[in-house]
Amino acid sequence: MMTYRYSVGVQTYQFADLKAVLAKATPARSGDYLAGVAADTYAERMAARMCLAEIPLKRFLEELIIPYETDEVSRLIVDTHDKKAFAEISHLTVGDFRDWLLSDIADSATLKRVAPGVTPEMAAAVSKLMRNQDLILVAKKCHVTTSFRNTIGLPGHISVRLQPNHPTDDMRGIAASMLDGLLYGAGDAVIGINPATDSLPALMDLYYLVDEVINQYEIPTQSCILTHVTNQIQLIEKGAPVDLVFQSIAGTEKANKSFGINIALLKEAQSAVLSLNRGTVKNESGSHNVMYFETGQGSALSANANFGLDQQTCEARAYAVARHLSPLLTNTVVGFIGPEYLYDGKQIIRAGLEDHFCGKLLGVPLGCDVCYTNHAEADQDDMDTLMTLLATAGLTFIMGIPGADDIMLNYQTTSFHDALYLRKVLGLKAAPEFEAWLKKMHIMDTSGQVQPIADAHHMLQNMPKHLLSAA
Amino acid sequence: MSNKPDNITPIEAISADPWAQLKSFTRARIALGRVGSSLPTREVLDFSLSHAMARDAVHLALDIDALEADIKSQGCSTVRVKSMAPDRASYLLRPDWGRRLSEKSLTDLNNMNQARPIDFLIVVGDGLSSLAVARHAAPLLEEMRHLLPKGWHIGPVVIASQARVALGDEIGQALGARMVAMLIGERPGLSSPDSLGIYLTYNPKLGLSDADRNCISNVRPEGLQYAAAAKKLVWLAKEAMRLKLSGVALKDESDVQEIAQQSTLELPKP
Repeated sequence: MMTYRYSVGVQTYQFADLKAVLAKATPARSGDYLAGVAADTYAERMAARMCLAEIPLKRFLEELIIPYETDEVSRLIVDTHDKKAFAEISHLTVGDFRDWLLSDIADSATLKRVAPGVTPEMAAAVSKLMRNQDLILVAKKCHVTTSFRNTIGLPGHISVRLQPNHPTDDMRGIAASMLDGLLYGAGDAVIGINPATDSLPALMDLYYLVDEVINQYEIPTQSCILTHVTNQIQLIEKGAPVDLVFQSIAGTEKANKSFGINIALLKEAQSAVLSLNRGTVKNESGSHNVMYFETGQGSALSANANFGLDQQTCEARAYAVARHLSPLLTNTVVGFIGPEYLYDGKQIIRAGLEDHFCGKLLGVPLGCDVCYTNHAEADQDDMDTLMTLLATAGLTFIMGIPGADDIMLNYQTTSFHDALYLRKVLGLKAAPEFEAWLKKMHIMDTSGQVQPIADAHHMLQNMPKHLLSAA
Repeated sequence: MSNKPDNITPIEAISADPWAQLKSFTRARIALGRVGSSLPTREVLDFSLSHAMARDAVHLALDIDALEADIKSQGCSTVRVKSMAPDRASYLLRPDWGRRLSEKSLTDLNNMNQARPIDFLIVVGDGLSSLAVARHAAPLLEEMRHLLPKGWHIGPVVIASQARVALGDEIGQALGARMVAMLIGERPGLSSPDSLGIYLTYNPKLGLSDADRNCISNVRPEGLQYAAAAKKLVWLAKEAMRLKLSGVALKDESDVQEIAQQSTLELPKP
C-alpha cells in the first residue's frame, strides 16, 4: 500500500494510506476525534489538505478506502462508475478539481453530465479543500430534479417535509399538526410521519390517515411512514396505500447491516412500491422517484462500522447507495446524532454544507434536517444560519415541524415559519404543482404570500370528522 | 417614546390561527400565529425558555448530597462512584468514558466485601438530565423497595456521576450483582427536561450491549408514573431472575397497554 507524505518547512508528515489523508484533512469535528482518525495538530491537518490537493482523482479508483471484496458499497461505487462521464475530469488532481468546479466551465449542464463519473470519495475529498462559500456556490449550480406527484428540486424552489409526529401516534394529534402545516403552506416534499409504533396494523392506520387527507383535499404531494423497510414491504403486500418507501442508510455494508438492510433489500422495496404505480408526475427518464432516504454523519461510527474512515467520507458513500435507487428525496439529519459526533453549531453548520454539496455533486436530491439536540452546543440561531446558507445553496427541502419542536423524537429542527422565512427572504417557491394548489385553496395569495386563514376556511370546515371530534 | 403609528398596535400585527381548538389533541406547538410570516415574540420567548430548562438539565451538576440524604432517609446505604469522564464537557464528547469507572471508584468497589451476593443492585446515574434524577430517583426508589421480593439482597444504592447506561455493567460486575437496575437521566426534550429512564440488566458485565437490557422510559409525573414504573420494573426483574436473562429475549408482558406506550418513547437511531 502506498504511503503519502507532505513536507511543510522542515517537518515531513506521513499518512499511512488514502483514507488517513482524507481523515486528517477533514475540518475538526468531535466524531473524528472519537474515532481516533482526526489530525493531531492544526499543521498536520493543513499538511494533509496540501497532500490531498496533489492526489489525482484517478487514485480514488485505484486505492479503495474499503476493499471491494469485503464491502458491497465499495463494489457498488466501482461497478457503477461511469468512465465516459469521468473522462472529462480524469486528468485532474483533487486541488484542480476544486478549481474546475468553481470555474465557469463547470456550468449546470456540465456538472450534471459529469456526476455519474464522480465517486463519493472524490466528492468528499474535494469538499475538504473547499470553504463554506465554495460548497454553497458549487451546490447551487448542481440541479437535481425528481418527481412523484409534484416536481421537486427546480432552481429557485425549496420544498418542505411536513413532519406531524406525535409521541403515541394519536390520529387526531397527527391530523392537527398536519393541518397546521398545510395551512402554513408546508408539505410539498412529503408528508412524512416518524411512527412511535412498530405494529403493522397501527402503521396501516397511519397510511390510511395521510392518504385520506391527501385525497380529501386533492393535495399534489406524497406520503411516507418512516418505519423499517421490511415493515413497508409487508404493508405494501397487505394493500397499504404506500407512496414512498423510507429507509435510513449509511456508507458501509456493515453499518447498513446494523440497520437491518442491504442494497438488494432496498431494490426489492423499490420494485414493490413502483408496482403500485401511485405517482402522477413523471421525471426526465419517464419514471417516478419513489424512495426517501435519511442519512447523517456519524451513523457508521455509532454502529462501529467506519473502518478508519472519517465520518464525512462515510456519509458521502451513503449518497452512492441513495443515487443507485433514484430517490425522490434524501435527507441528511445533520445534528440529530449528538455532540460526540458534531459538537457545536460550527461543526453542525459545516457538516450540513458538506453533505448538501456532496449529495448534489453526485446527483442526489439532498435536503437537510437542520437540527440539534439539547446536549449539543447549539441553538435556534445556529439553525437560522445553517438553513439560510443551505437555502442559498439551493437546498432541495427542509423539515417543517410545528414550532420547530418535535415532541416525538425530542429534538429541535425547523418550523413552518422557518420555511416561510426562507421563501420570503430568498424569493424561493414551493413545488409548482403544490403552489398552484395553495393558491386554489386560498392559503397563498396571487403574489405568492401565505395569507391569513379565516374561520370558515374550506380545510377547517371539511376535515374528516373523526379526526376533529373529541374522544 | 417612538412615533408609532396610531393605527397599528402590536396585537393587530399578529395574525392568530383560527384552529387553536386543535391544541387539545397534541402538545405540538401548533396554531402559534404569526407576525408577517414569523413567530410572535411570546412564542420565541416560550421556546427559548424551554430550551434553557433543557440546557440546565444537561449542564447543572447533580446535588449528590441532597440525593444521598433522601436515599438514606429511606433506610438504604449508599456508595458514590465516578466514571472516567472528569467533567461534563468530556462526558459529552466521550460516551465511552462515561461507560467505565474511574480507577479509584473501581478499586473502592472491588474492596467492598459483600456479606452475601447482591440479587438486585440499584444504581442512580446523572446521565443527561440531573434534573430527572434530582426529582424522580428517590420517590421511584421508595415505590420500588416495597415491591421487591423480601428474600432478595439489595445491597447499597450506588450513586454514579458522569454516568452512561453501561456504567451499571461495570459496577454490577465489581460488586458481583446478579442483576442491576440503572436509574438514569434521559436526554432532555424541549417539553420533557426531567425524564428518567430505567435499564435492567441481568448478569451485568463489561461488553454488554443495549440488546441485553430492558428499558423503561419517560418516568416522570407527566409520563409514566412512579408506581407504574416500579411495578413494571419489579415484574421484569422477577422474570429476569426466573429466566436468567434480560434484553430482547425478555418480553415485557406486565401490561400490554403500557408497553405500547413505552416503546413509543424510545429514540430511534437517525
